[in-house]
Amino acid sequence: MTSPLLDVKNLRVSFPTHRGRVEVVKGISFTLGRERLGIVGESGSGKSMTGRSILKLIRRPGLVTADRLGFEGIDILAQSEKQMRAIRGARISMVMQDPKFSLNPVMTVGEQIAEALVTHRRLGRREVRRRILDMLAAVRINDPERVAGLYPHEVSGGMGQRVMIAMMLIPEPDVLIADEPTSALDVSVQAQVLDIIDALVTGKGMGLILISHDLNLVSRYCDRILVMNAGRVVEECAAGELDKARHPYTRGLLAAMPTIDESRDELPVLDRTQWAGT
Amino acid sequence: MNAIDLGNLDVSYGDTRVVHGVTLAIAEGESFALVGESGSGKSTILRAIAGLAPDWTGTIAVMGAARSHAVDRAVSRQVQMVFQDPYGSLHPRKTIDSALSEPLAIHGIGNRGERVEAMLKAVGLDQRFRFRFPHQLSGGQRQRVAIARALMLEPKVLLLDEPTSALDVSVQAEILNLLKRLRREQGLTYLLVTHNLPVVSFLCDRLAVMRHGRIVEIAEVAQLKRGALREPYSRELLAATGGG
Repeated sequence: MTSPLLDVKNLRVSFPTHRGRVEVVKGISFTLGRERLGIVGESGSGKSMTGRSILKLIRRPGLVTADRLGFEGIDILAQSEKQMRAIRGARISMVMQDPKFSLNPVMTVGEQIAEALVTHRRLGRREVRRRILDMLAAVRINDPERVAGLYPHEVSGGMGQRVMIAMMLIPEPDVLIADEPTSALDVSVQAQVLDIIDALVTGKGMGLILISHDLNLVSRYCDRILVMNAGRVVEECAAGELDKARHPYTRGLLAAMPTIDESRDELPVLDRTQWAGT
Repeated sequence: MNAIDLGNLDVSYGDTRVVHGVTLAIAEGESFALVGESGSGKSTILRAIAGLAPDWTGTIAVMGAARSHAVDRAVSRQVQMVFQDPYGSLHPRKTIDSALSEPLAIHGIGNRGERVEAMLKAVGLDQRFRFRFPHQLSGGQRQRVAIARALMLEPKVLLLDEPTSALDVSVQAEILNLLKRLRREQGLTYLLVTHNLPVVSFLCDRLAVMRHGRIVEIAEVAQLKRGALREPYSRELLAATGGG
C-alpha cells in the first residue's frame, strides 16, 4: 500500500475548566489511506473534536497536541493560519451537520459554491459557471441552472446538504471529513445523500472520514470503523466484522439498538461503571 | 371504548392545510405509531389532540369525550404530551420540583410533595434531583423529567413526539425500556410519532404510515417485522431504514 494520506499518532485535545484541563481526546492514533473510515461514538466521545483537530479548527483555549499529525508529509500542527487556509477546503474539506446553520443565508447557492472554488483557483467566469453546474448535477440536483440562483432558505434540508457537499467537493480535495452529515435529515433522504458522498469519494479515489453516532449507518458506508468512548478508541475493526466486535462498549451499543424485527421484551442497557469515563 | 377517536380531521396552520381527512381509532391500552418523513403532518395530529393546534375541523375524542377547540382541562387530565427535545421542553429557571408540581397546582390537586416523590421514583430518578435545575441534568435524565411531568395528572393517554430521537443510542434504550414499563404498570395508551421504524417494532402494536398529510397505510407491527407492508411508499420507508 502507498503511504497514507493522514497519519495521526497520539492525538490529544484538551480544554481548560475551573478544575484544571480536561482531555476530551486522550491519545488516539490512526491512519487514513484512500479509503472510507468511520468514527463512531456517543455524545462527548471526542469524535467531532478528532475531525476538527485534523483541520486545525480548534481555537484557543483548546489545545491540540500529537506525536504526529501528518497530511501527505505536511506537519499540520506546524502550519501557520495562512498555510492552513491553503489546505482547508482545497485539500481537506469538511461537511457539517446542519445545512441550515452552515450555509450563508444572504448568498445564493451558486455564489457560495463559486466562492469555494475561486478562493483556491484562478478561473474565468464562464469556466466557474460551467463547473458549478456540473458539480450540482453531480450531487443529483435536477435543475442546476435554477438551483444555483436560489437562496439557502428556498431549498429543502436534503438539497441544502447536497449543496454543501457540492461546495466541499468542487475544489477536488484529497480528504473529505463528514461530521454527522445526515443526522439533520429525514431517513428517506439520508440514504440518498450518503450514496452521493459514497459515489463521489469512491469515484475520485479520495479518503473519507465519516463521523456519526449511528453504528449501522457507518457500517454500511465505510471500510473500516473506529469506535470511540470517552476520548479513546476502544475498538477498531473492518466494517463487515462489526458483529464480531469484542469490546464490551461496542457490544453494548449494538445490543442497545432496537431492530426492525424486534422481539426482546427489554433492551439491554449499558453498564457505565464497567469502563472508565462517564 | 376507544382511547382516541379522530374523525375526518383536517388541521391548518394559517392558510396551509397540513393534515387532510385523517380518521383513526386507537383502542384503550394500545400503543400506536405514526411514521413518515418531516412535513407529513404526524406531529401536527398530536398537537391538535393536545390542543396546541387549534385550527382544525372534524372530530377529536379522547376516552369517549369529544374535545372542544378551547383549552380543555378535562381533556388535559386524560391526555398529556412528551416533546422531542428535552433541552427545549423544560423551563430553564424552574427546578424539577416546581416543573412537576405545576400541573397539580393548576388542577387544584393536593398532596404535591408526596406525588412528586413518587413520580420521580416511578421514572427512575433519584430524589436528589428533585431540587435541581434542568441544566444540571443529562439529556436522558431530562427526558425522564419530561415523562414524569406528563404523568403527574395520571392521564390515560400519552402523546409521544419523537421522544428518543435527540438522545444517544444507549440512553434511548433506557427511555424505551422506561416507556414500556410505565405502559405495562399504569395501563397507558400511547400515540407515538417517530421516523425510527425499529423503535416502532419495540414499543408499538400498530402503525400508520403518513405522507403529505394523509394516512397511506395502517398496519400491524407484525407486518412491519416481516417486511410485509403493502403500499409502495411504506416499503420505500422501510428500505431506507435498512430493513425489508
